[in-house]
Amino acid sequence: MSALILILLLPLAGALALAFVSSVRWAGWINLGVAALTLAAALWLGWTVAAHEVVAGLHFRVDAFNVYLVVLTAFVGLTTAIFSRPYMRHVCANARISPPGVRIYHSMYQTFMLTMLVALTTDNLGVLWVAVEGATLATVLLVSLYRTPEAVEAAWKYFILCGVGIALALFGTVLTYFAAQQVLADPTEGLTWSVLYADAAALDPTVMRIAFVFLLVGYGTKVGLVPMHQWLPDAHSEGPTPMSAVLSGLLLNVALYAVVRLKMLVDGSLAATDTPHLAGALLMGFGLISFLVAGLFLHRQRDIKRMFSYSSIEHMGLMTFAFGLGGPLATFGALLHMLVHSLTKSAIFITVGHAAHIAGTQSIDRIRGLIRTQPAVGWSLLLGVVAIAGFPPFGVFASEFLLLTATIQTQPWLSVALLGGLAVACAGLFRHVHPMVYGTPPEGQQPVEANMLPVMIHLGLVLWLGLAIPALLAGWLDRATGLIAGSHLL
Amino acid sequence: MSLTQLPLLEQFVLLQAALVLFLSFGLLSQTRLLAAIHAFAWQGALIAAVTLTVAIAGHAHHLYFSALLTLALKAMLIPWMLHRLVRRLALERHTETLSHPALVSMAAVALVIFSYWVVVPIVAEELTFTRNIVAVSLAVVLIGLLMLVARQQAVAQVLGFMSMENGLFLAAVSATAGMPLVVELGVAFDVLVAMVLFGVFFFQIRDSIDSLDVDRLNRLTETEEETP
Repeated sequence: MSALILILLLPLAGALALAFVSSVRWAGWINLGVAALTLAAALWLGWTVAAHEVVAGLHFRVDAFNVYLVVLTAFVGLTTAIFSRPYMRHVCANARISPPGVRIYHSMYQTFMLTMLVALTTDNLGVLWVAVEGATLATVLLVSLYRTPEAVEAAWKYFILCGVGIALALFGTVLTYFAAQQVLADPTEGLTWSVLYADAAALDPTVMRIAFVFLLVGYGTKVGLVPMHQWLPDAHSEGPTPMSAVLSGLLLNVALYAVVRLKMLVDGSLAATDTPHLAGALLMGFGLISFLVAGLFLHRQRDIKRMFSYSSIEHMGLMTFAFGLGGPLATFGALLHMLVHSLTKSAIFITVGHAAHIAGTQSIDRIRGLIRTQPAVGWSLLLGVVAIAGFPPFGVFASEFLLLTATIQTQPWLSVALLGGLAVACAGLFRHVHPMVYGTPPEGQQPVEANMLPVMIHLGLVLWLGLAIPALLAGWLDRATGLIAGSHLL
Repeated sequence: MSLTQLPLLEQFVLLQAALVLFLSFGLLSQTRLLAAIHAFAWQGALIAAVTLTVAIAGHAHHLYFSALLTLALKAMLIPWMLHRLVRRLALERHTETLSHPALVSMAAVALVIFSYWVVVPIVAEELTFTRNIVAVSLAVVLIGLLMLVARQQAVAQVLGFMSMENGLFLAAVSATAGMPLVVELGVAFDVLVAMVLFGVFFFQIRDSIDSLDVDRLNRLTETEEETP
């Protein structure tokens, strides 16, 4: 319990303190320190959950499923903070932001971490909604941080689209609460997920069916499911790069986490009706469409960060599809994919941030010859793309292989679509990345100050997960699989 | 069960809900910004009145607080903030011509019918009251959404956004007798922060495109040859 309080208090304290630090030097270090302490607290929480199965307190509840995401969130939060320090100094040196901008940036970074951790650890569907909406509010000022017309436009789009989406999710939450009040002995507990889950079979299926559509569209907007994905490429390409890394690596995961939790409720409620797999089928449909459409859009991109944000949509689609497929194998694969995608994608965005500083632009056509100018950045980008495209021996290959196996077992025809989509996405990525890495560098292109440690740690972990998943982690994921799918894989 | 057989207090809540829906139509077609803000404030006041009625009917004490919160936030604070922003942006006399006013109104009517269609499955089991109230609040939410699509002016879009929230409050209060307090406070906090941020964005948008017509925010597209 104390670890739980600590992981929420630390980012809160950090956010408040950083609101008053306008020296980019100090703010970077404080941000890093707070992130490191949060990771320590998250590991402590993980250890407690491993010992006691569930840690629960007023409105909060942590089990095997969310604790692994808590640790992942805190970890990516720390490595991105390491990257953000030199990045923001570079940005300040080029006078792209003012001292108030520095305060907003660091304070909102920690506020964002807070909302992510609250959303993950809460047991109350209402608090979950408040936290996910809070995440939008915390990041929207960061998207417009550079104040260019494009940045303001991206932020406005992000604000309105996510605000609308999340409002629909609140309507779904109200309907769920309404269904719960008809059956629960204590109606005030009608938003507590664990209580609802225990009584899921009694919830009125007609109301829950309508509620789930709203919830899926609402949280699906934040997952970036096509056709509600329009905000995602804009927000990723116009904001500061550390923000893109945490948006892709964390926010999308947390939104998907919310969808999966709600699917568990709806599955319980619909089990006895004539459409028991309605929620799963909806997830599969949305997931597959997002996966295929994003793969095609990858080919047309001219901005490096936009391209990788489409790759994020593609992978989120794949995970949504897998959770919709259900069953232990697909669920285990999806959980593993969440983990490796977060690590790989944040590593890629970090590298892209350095690459954009080297070339002085985000335009794919003008980023050339990274390996010759700065081999560390060039190789990291190449390896990151190899990993995200799903080549062995990286972890993404392992999880995609599991997902493909699960699809062949249950829906063999859909595996054709999956394989086709993977090939299209892979071609799209390499088509753009090859000249950026190998081409001839323009005259006078200089290396920049870059800290490649976070990238190496992330890619190292992804490689390790591809070669051999540690027994501890496999057991951890297996317990989460048992919670979601009802039976264990291992 | 016909509506006239409902208890008087429930009939009263339905009447107020109908007025909220009516004001949504008013917001949608009101071209003068200040008048639209006033309509929005009245909508907020009506939601607070619904909350008060439900509180009296059900002897739910936490709803008295909730009614006060709604009144302060939706009927006073947010309209006042919008009013001040409109004055600071010198938009008092701003009128906006909807490109297809009749079409937009017809679409709103279609949304109301659609909302009733969505709640049809609940008819068999639930009371007439709940069905109507859920349909009306869904219609308010969807008309807010339509307003975001139909209006090009940033302030009008924010009004649409906020009236969506009004529809959600209406659903929460009348169909479920109010959300738990912690959730309600959280939602109110989010709405308030969102309003402050919208204010910040009005100035950022004006600085970047010299107008608040968000249709001119069109630099980010997929087909563009040279992404800036």
